[in-house]
Amino acid sequence: MMPVFDATLCGLILAVALAAVAGRDVFRAIVFFIVYGLMLAVAWVRLGALDVALAEAAISGGLTAGLFLVAYGRLAAVGAADEPAGLLNPPAALAGCGLSAALGWAWFALPQPDRPAPQLAEALPRSGVENPVTAVLLNFRAWDTLLESVVLLTALIGVLMLARVGAWPGRPGLAQHVRPGGVMAGFGRVLPPVGLLVGVYLVYVGAERPGGAFQGGTVIAAVGLVATLTGAFRPPAVDAPGWRAALVAGPLLFLLWGLAGAVIGNGFLTFPPTLAGAAILAIEAALAVSIAVTLAVLVLGAPEQAARE
Amino acid sequence: MADLTTYVLTSVGLVFFVAGTLGLLRFPDVFTRLHALTKADNLGLGFIALGVALQAPSWREVALLAVIWVLALLAAGTASQLVARAARAEDEDSG
Amino acid sequence: MTFWLSLIATGLLASLAGALWRVWRGPRAADRMMGAQLVGTAGVAVLMLLAPAEGWATLDVALLLALLAALAAIGFAKATSPDGAGDPEEDGAGDPEEQQAAAADTTDGRADG
Repeated sequence: MMPVFDATLCGLILAVALAAVAGRDVFRAIVFFIVYGLMLAVAWVRLGALDVALAEAAISGGLTAGLFLVAYGRLAAVGAADEPAGLLNPPAALAGCGLSAALGWAWFALPQPDRPAPQLAEALPRSGVENPVTAVLLNFRAWDTLLESVVLLTALIGVLMLARVGAWPGRPGLAQHVRPGGVMAGFGRVLPPVGLLVGVYLVYVGAERPGGAFQGGTVIAAVGLVATLTGAFRPPAVDAPGWRAALVAGPLLFLLWGLAGAVIGNGFLTFPPTLAGAAILAIEAALAVSIAVTLAVLVLGAPEQAARE
Repeated sequence: MADLTTYVLTSVGLVFFVAGTLGLLRFPDVFTRLHALTKADNLGLGFIALGVALQAPSWREVALLAVIWVLALLAAGTASQLVARAARAEDEDSG
Repeated sequence: MTFWLSLIATGLLASLAGALWRVWRGPRAADRMMGAQLVGTAGVAVLMLLAPAEGWATLDVALLLALLAALAAIGFAKATSPDGAGDPEEDGAGDPEEQQAAAADTTDGRADG
């Protein structure tokens, strides 16, 4: 029965992807894109990649959905949301099909890998964690993760640069107003504590089960977004010192650990087996905080409220 | 025995989901469709969660299934209120 | 058991396709949003059904989907508000009893009872 399930799922994903780029209605395309992300999360689960499924669910079901819809609302408020997109873009369609064909050919040309890879299975006990994904991300390929955390920060700086001169340094995004005691306000008080718990749990449990800094940080960013949009939380101005400390805490701690390894250990960014578990947990905690704050501010946007109220 | 109950409960859950989707497709306007949607959300998910809970290896998974259901209820309640009010406000603006 | 659970899950996917039809047709934005809500809930149900076969850690993914299901609806409510940052319930908009009460009583806009 599983092949039938998989075939149905693949068919749905293809149909949704096509529907997202077909037609002229921008809002419809946004909703189909959100649905696409949700179906992909199920597909990742079927592929056995639970860490990726967690990240996909949090990002596409939460952050990207919120980002696109809020952006659509802003466009609608200035009357720019109804400009129809072009019906078909032949060069883009051709390039997309060509890329898909090339990827498909490359996929089928690759040899079937062993799962789990024998080198990974042999090195895992020395990594300090039991989840092979976390071991690869935070230990064996820690260099990539360190650079990715800095890339995230750089993207945020790029977004903040879009602020108008008069609005700097203000609070990110628009000033949200809700009816006090209404549905939105009530939800904004109930959900964020639960989400915070789930996020912290995901970061902590990433050493043994699917989870980790990115997944937990994204969940915290998403519930922080809920809290901000529902008016329960007012984001601080972008030059608040605690804010900036939170943003750099993750990459900074990661970098300091790497340098410590270079000075007193075996080399830059090495993890001696006795310290690896504790070090990974500490780095993940700091990274989760940074990722949460970075993603939340990324989605909220550059400061638009007048500075200092 | 537990397997048989799982078969029954998950089937009932599927029936509610299909009914909710049918309502979403066939009812004439936003508000009636919303009514159909919430039946699928609450009851369909609840029965499926119950059915799967009987297959769970420990109480931890059962508790997690219950928490997921409660969260889905909370989200569905909030979402339906917001969608309905937004649609109503839009009706009043244009009507 | 795996056969049965995957059978129900496939049935849910078929039902999900129906919701996608509503997203395609609309005609209102609220219809599309409700289609997305149904997809989210069906996704949670499908993941619950996959959990015994794929590993019970799948329930964590279902937890995330349920947790963040309302965020899209909140975004939608913001998107349809006049300035992109409002609340459909403010000033009694969308609530006929509220508006009558607000018109009749200028000191307190909330209707009681």
